[in-house]
Amino acid sequence: MSSSPAGAISLSPAPGSRISGRGPAQDAAVRSRSARRRQLSVRAIALGYLALLLLAPVAMIFYRTFEGGLSPVWNAVSAPNAQHAFWLSIEIVAIAVPLNTIFGIGMALLLERGRFWGKSALGLLIDLPFAISPVVVGLSLVLVYGKTGWLGDWLAEQGIQVIFSVPGMVIATAVVSLPFVVRETMPVLRELGTDAEQAAETLGASAWQAFWRVTLPGIRWGVVYGVVLTTARALGEFGAVSIVSGRIEGQTQTLPLYVQDRFENFDITGAYTAAVVLALLALATLLAMNLLTRRAHRGTAL
Amino acid sequence: MAIEVRGVSKRFGDFVALEDVSIEVADGALTALLGPSGSGKSTLLRIIAGLETPDSGEVVIDEHDVTGSPARSRGVGFVFQHYAPFKHMTVHDNVAFGLSVRKRPKEEIRGRVEELLALVRLDGLAGRYPSQLSGGQLQRMALARALAVQPRVLLLDEPFGALDAQVRAELREWLRKLHEEIHVTTIFVTHDQEEAMEVAEQIVVMNKGRIEQAGAPRELYESPANEFVMSFIGPVNRLGDAFVRPHDIQILAEDDGTGTEALVERVVHLGFEVRVELKLPDGREIWAQVTREEAQQLELSQGQILSVRLPAPRVFAS
Amino acid sequence: MLGIYLTVLVLLPVAALLAKSGSGGTSAFWREISNPEAVAAIKLTLIVSAIVVTINAVFGTLVAWVLVRDEFRGKKIVNALIDLPFALPTIVAGVVLLALYGKGSPIGVDVAFTRASVALALLFVTLPFVVRSVQPVLLGLDLAMEEAAASLGAGPLTVLRRIVLPTLAPAIISGVALSFARAIGEYGSLVLITGNLPFKTEAGSVYIFGQIQNENLAAAAAVSVVLLLAALLVLALLGFALRRRSRHVL
Repeated sequence: MSSSPAGAISLSPAPGSRISGRGPAQDAAVRSRSARRRQLSVRAIALGYLALLLLAPVAMIFYRTFEGGLSPVWNAVSAPNAQHAFWLSIEIVAIAVPLNTIFGIGMALLLERGRFWGKSALGLLIDLPFAISPVVVGLSLVLVYGKTGWLGDWLAEQGIQVIFSVPGMVIATAVVSLPFVVRETMPVLRELGTDAEQAAETLGASAWQAFWRVTLPGIRWGVVYGVVLTTARALGEFGAVSIVSGRIEGQTQTLPLYVQDRFENFDITGAYTAAVVLALLALATLLAMNLLTRRAHRGTAL
Repeated sequence: MAIEVRGVSKRFGDFVALEDVSIEVADGALTALLGPSGSGKSTLLRIIAGLETPDSGEVVIDEHDVTGSPARSRGVGFVFQHYAPFKHMTVHDNVAFGLSVRKRPKEEIRGRVEELLALVRLDGLAGRYPSQLSGGQLQRMALARALAVQPRVLLLDEPFGALDAQVRAELREWLRKLHEEIHVTTIFVTHDQEEAMEVAEQIVVMNKGRIEQAGAPRELYESPANEFVMSFIGPVNRLGDAFVRPHDIQILAEDDGTGTEALVERVVHLGFEVRVELKLPDGREIWAQVTREEAQQLELSQGQILSVRLPAPRVFAS
Repeated sequence: MLGIYLTVLVLLPVAALLAKSGSGGTSAFWREISNPEAVAAIKLTLIVSAIVVTINAVFGTLVAWVLVRDEFRGKKIVNALIDLPFALPTIVAGVVLLALYGKGSPIGVDVAFTRASVALALLFVTLPFVVRSVQPVLLGLDLAMEEAAASLGAGPLTVLRRIVLPTLAPAIISGVALSFARAIGEYGSLVLITGNLPFKTEAGSVYIFGQIQNENLAAAAAVSVVLLLAALLVLALLGFALRRRSRHVL
């Protein structure tokens, strides 16, 4: 969510903020020499910090991965467990993200348009995944859906296995990526206002028609942005899925888990390759975020 | 379709928006709901439209009690102050919306939309998007959209409020002409008394959730029922309990003994009208309205002492 | 419908967590969290996180400043890259840091298996929070305020100290709170580079993971609750501080 109103901490920060600044930069030429020196040294410190912390390590990984040429990389990519891990990640994301999207839009409508007591409590509940460690998420899910958990017996009776199996991993992934669509959709929904929906109503549209033909198109960029964030988070989830999956090779290993597995087995190339694949997906996400941020935050941007 | 509102009340929490309001609008009439903000006029309009439900009272359209029906089944066309365009649709699709919701065949829709766009003089802009239109064009599109489904009643909520003066004047004129052509029962909300006086056949003056007076513009101006109506519909000078219209104050060229002495404090030239701010011997300040010619003839200037004749003041029973 | 989804995903698990942590009564709870290894892990987590968010407050604001007020080639790309820690899986963050700052580092810096590595990993993953929190506020900052101060004789440092920073303070505080909550729960980036040495580089989340592996679910739940409370406490406190400030600022 973009800039929170003073006095309220929104637990989700605003990724991909716009940076188009106006102001002193243009007057740089007019400034005194000492001011210019100050500007340059501040810039150097900031960029140096970013380079050391962010850019150099990432560049290093790419370098190290392709250091030995393309063939070891190709081998690593075509390893059956690697392939399985990749597709398992995709499969889990393909289930969790749509679920969270539907939930997110519904919840946003409820929180923005609905009138009922306990709205802030509900908002807090939705934001909770931001405050909980992924490991704790995994633990809580085991406590409910595991063999000795609250629903353990009932699930066993139904023959459904949640923990140590894909359903559990889907739930874990959905939990940690829950808040994004809600939080990104709410501001655009607020900005859209109810006038257009009411106009549709007077023109004879039913509630569903009004939602589908007027509301949804009106909020689409906020939703899309939220989906991008959700997908990134879901693909990258590690801690919670690590616990609920049992990390069984070739069966319940997602790509992030595979990275750890390769590393622990001293297959550095394998680990690095998988890491690079994930890094490339992350960069693609960044690109999407940047292209969409203007459209998604138009009403709330400054 | 005639509209009747009977004893409608509405509150929002502690705020009383409407209290026991009743009005009658004749079939085909062009009526204005006039009042300051908070008077309840928009609320009343929305209740007639079905966008709000009254706490008590009935709304009757064409002799059917529609109080319990939702907006979509009342057959009302509603135009919002900020146009409420469907931003992601073209002008054509906006206007066609009501028809496509009713699943009319494409040919029919296209024909009707073309007809309407021509009526509101937006032909040629069918492929544009709302973001590419000016305020005045958007409002005309909103009207075309509302008219597309042949509403029994047309309701406009401060339709020209968001436009600048020139465009507002043009659209006012255009609305009158449109009404003459189409003759749909029309109610519009405004806080601008000049707009109401110019456009409407009947004006309902509202204040603090109540009807102060309803009638033709002239009637309201010449026989206001109370203080509020008189001050709202036209300029007034207040002298204690008495009210005097500025243009009823006569400035005498020569003192013939029937007038009162007054000091000219300021002369303001407002184009055709001239406003003369006067101070009476007892210290009270009033202002008179005269034409340019009169001002020239009298050679009005600051500091002058003149003779004025005050008309019989209007006093309202409290 | 929405309620069921929320219950299945959030309500039930949180309830189960709280129940499990208290299942042995307060004495069992206390025993679990006063276990020396647990205490060491919690201490390490809280202290290093506090240090990290302080560094973030300073550098994050600096970076935001440069991104908003400065102009240079490639600024747009740098701005986009700030979100990398959001998008990158935490395990990959760990691998990436290890490649440059671990064994076999080309620049000869090896902090693997040290406390510094914990700080490094946490700095990486919490980078975006303060930056993204401060940027919009900086963007919206009315330059007229600074110009007015300058016209009244204030030097640049004074303007910074008395006009700009106070206006940015709520955003910085907000970013710090989010960073802290994120840092104390961080797991994936720590597993590889820190070595998870008990009493030395084992973070709270890693300890919890270990307890789960050993089927000590009650112990894991107890420490989890401590971390969760710490996060919520910080968020609540700083939320309170923000409200008090804004009463004056508005």
